[in-house]
Parts: sequence; structure tokens; C-alpha cells
Amino acid sequence: METLRVLVVDDEPGMRLGVARALRGHVVTVPEIGEQVALRVDQAETGERALEMIRSDAPNILLLDYKLPGIDGLDVLKQIDGQRGPMATVMMTAYASLDTAISAIKKGAFDFLAKPFTPDELKTVVDKAAANIILARQARKLAREKRQARFEFISVLAHELKAPLNAIEGYLTTIRDRSAGDDEAVYSEMLDRALVRLEGMRKMIFDLLDLTRIESGKRKRELAALDVCEVAAAGVETFATEAAKQGVTVALDADDNAVLTADRGELEVIFNNLISNAIKYNREGGKVVVSIRGDEAGVKIRVRDTGIGMTEEESSRLFEDFVRIKNVKTRDILGSGLGLSIVRKLAHMYGGRVTAESEPDVGSTFTVVLGSDQAAEGSGDGSG
Amino acid sequence: MTAKNKTILVVDDDSDYLLQLRMRLEAAGYEVITADGQQGALDVLEKRMPDLAVVDLMMEHPDSGFVVCHHIKKRDPAVPVILVTGLTSETGMEFDAETDEERSWVKADVVLDKPIRFEQLQREMERLMKGA
Repeated sequence: METLRVLVVDDEPGMRLGVARALRGHVVTVPEIGEQVALRVDQAETGERALEMIRSDAPNILLLDYKLPGIDGLDVLKQIDGQRGPMATVMMTAYASLDTAISAIKKGAFDFLAKPFTPDELKTVVDKAAANIILARQARKLAREKRQARFEFISVLAHELKAPLNAIEGYLTTIRDRSAGDDEAVYSEMLDRALVRLEGMRKMIFDLLDLTRIESGKRKRELAALDVCEVAAAGVETFATEAAKQGVTVALDADDNAVLTADRGELEVIFNNLISNAIKYNREGGKVVVSIRGDEAGVKIRVRDTGIGMTEEESSRLFEDFVRIKNVKTRDILGSGLGLSIVRKLAHMYGGRVTAESEPDVGSTFTVVLGSDQAAEGSGDGSG
Repeated sequence: MTAKNKTILVVDDDSDYLLQLRMRLEAAGYEVITADGQQGALDVLEKRMPDLAVVDLMMEHPDSGFVVCHHIKKRDPAVPVILVTGLTSETGMEFDAETDEERSWVKADVVLDKPIRFEQLQREMERLMKGA
């Protein structure tokens, strides 16, 4: 268990002793993160001594008497301003006037205790201060992790955007220098590959824009009661040509009651990603079935294909950013690795989830469960 | 120095990049075997050792290239390995294989930044295979 250090500053020995005794063996529980901390109490009898101790090794919690023989509590507070760091100061004062409390809090005190106080009152205030310190520390840790995740995202993004550029540049240079022999067919194949890589890059940029819009929450969402089947039908229609090209048939198995308060654009992104994957990762002559079921709780969308499928290890990584399953079967299939990560983020916005079941060489089934949108009921933002 | 009878293993998860490098190396007279990732490379190495390997860093995993390099050097420390990476310019993280300390964890003889210039690659290959 971690120990937080408390420094009690008071010119009355009885008060210092009383505080030390009351906090001895006291364990603070921070319920928000289920963490427990112990306390260790140090003492100082003047403001000057307190400043010395703070400067050499700052405590986590400072219990500071207002009225001290030399410099007073407010002066101490003023002098440690700016170097306070993650220290919480509690003013103890017998002149528990509102003025004193306000001026102390204005100067950076966390809370105040009116003298005389009981051990329980002391513990309540110290508990609050300790929880505040622990939670602030937790928040800083999360912010750091978030920056780290951001950094990793950008590194991978740069890698994914540079790969097609390198490939395209390589082909164009070879074509310009005619360095692959005399067979014109070889060069025309290279041009086709370069165009395919360009298309892949375009897709990645579009997916990235989708993702950024979703994550920033800046996009104006237009929430309305939507017929999910109608949106699904439009999605199937969008990919009709693509499906025909791959020799894949797409069927819609719809339920009339599937009405959901949602943003149409977001639903389209979900269908587009799932249907396009089901076609891309299918086999010649394969099938895709899009089924929609609705009830009071929400809507269940299921997209089943008869494609190449995945192993369990592969499907476990599937919903992370930039994860593409790379093997012999997927080698020539284009994708950004962002589609399913986008679907997962959207499903979360609707209080739902997305799951995948798959068997290699048999096919995959993706199930998205969407609840009514939180924002649609809560803030009333953009409903209509 | 002749490229004759030298077998080069090229490992990269980008099939276009792999194809391009294969073409250029074959045009330069090398025999080329390719692998499209960490696992593929380890499978190839089970069957035969090349005279030199050109290995991409980020493949299935961000450190796949390190794993492949390590594997080659463990099997035969004499086989030169060129690690190719876009890592430095993408992340600002820098590493090289120029000092002994770096070579103790980067099991490569040379680290080249992507996109590589073929002439530079070829120069490094010839230098590393000299006397082999």
C-alpha cells in the first residue's frame, strides 16, 4: 500500500500530537479507482520550519494553521505558490470566518478545517484531499497514456501512408527508366498496380477522415428515427457492382420493425464497412447475407459471408486500429485496417458492440448491436 | 565482385515492394528468395540460409524485422543482414547499427532508411559480401 505524507504545521504541541494520533493507522480508500493509501504524519511548529521542510521534500497533504508565531499560514501559502505541485493544503483556523476561508482557498488551499475539530472531521477532510491527489495523479497517467497511444497511431499511420507511396514511386521509376526489359505487358501491369495502390491510399484517407470525425465529436450529427432496413438496402445497392465483379451475391433479410434513432451517415459507415468486407474477403460464387432484427432495446445487424474466414488469434486483433489480417489469402485485398475499428467506435456511441465469429475457409459473421443513441435522449442535441 | 551464385533473402510485407526489389536484384544477377513477413522468413530460413538478407522492420508486428535479424544471426553470424526501415523518419526514434552497443541489440550490419536508393543498397551488399 502506498503511503502519503502529511505535514501538520501548528505552534500548539497538543494540536500536532492530536492530529498525528488521529491519523495513525488511518487508511484512506479511494472508491473511484479502488485504491487504498496509508498516511505518515510529520510535524512543524512554525511557518519558517514548514517552508524549509516543504522545500527539501514536499508532503502530499499540508495541514496548515492560520495563526502562527512568525509568518502566518497565508504567507506560507503565498510562498509555496507555484512550487506546490501535487500538494493539497488544508487550512486549520480558529477564526473560521468565511473571509479567512475564502482568502486561503483563493491562494490555493484545497479546503479548510474550523478549530476545534473532531478526529472524524479531520479524517473526512484528509480523505478528500488524499482522494484528490490520487485521482489527479491517475488523470495525469491517463493523459500520458493517451499521448502515447496517439504517438503510436501516428507512427503506424505514417508507415501505412508511406508504403503505397514507396511502391508507386518504385513502379514509376522502373517505367521511366525502362529498367524491366522490353516486354511492354510488364510495364502496363506495373501501371495497374500503381493505380491499385493509389486507390488503396485514397480509401485510407477517407477512412481516416471518418475516424477523425467520429473521435473529435465535432461533426454535426443529425439524429432521426430511421428505418434501418432502408439504410441497409441502400448499402447493398452501393456495392452491387463490386459484388457482381467478384461473383458474390448479396441478400437482405430484413425485419420491418427495425427503427432506430440514429445519424444516417453513421449507419451508412457501419453498413458500408461490413458489406464491403464481406464481399472483399469472400470467394468466387460466394454469398453475403445481411440480416436486420429490431426490438424495443435496439437493432441487431448481422452480416454473414462465405469467405476466407479467420483463425481465433486473427479475429481477436481485428477491431484495433490499422490491424489487417495478412496472409496469403488476403495479400491482394486492399484495405486501410481502419474499417472495423470505425465500426466498433460507432457501435460504442450507440451503447452497443460489435462481435465477430469466424472459421477459416468457411466464413465470418459480424454482429453489431445498436441501442438507442445516448445523445439522442440526453442532450437533445440535433434531434429532429 | 560478382553477383553470381549469391542468394539474397528479401523480407517485406508489401508485395509490390517485394516484387520491385526482386526484379532489380535479379537484373543485377542475384538469385532472390522472398518472404512476405516474419513467419514466412522463419519458414524459409528453416530450409536454407541465404548469402545476405534484406529485412523490413515493421511487418506483422512493429518489431518483426528485429526478430528475423536475430534469428539469422543466431543461426549464422557470418551472414550479413541489412535492416530496412521507415521508422526513423516516422517516429523520430533513432537507432543504428554503427556501434558495438547498438549492434548488441540491433542484430543487423547496416540499417537503411526507406525509401532506399537501389544503388546504395547494392553498394552496401557488395561491401558486406566482399571476401565471403
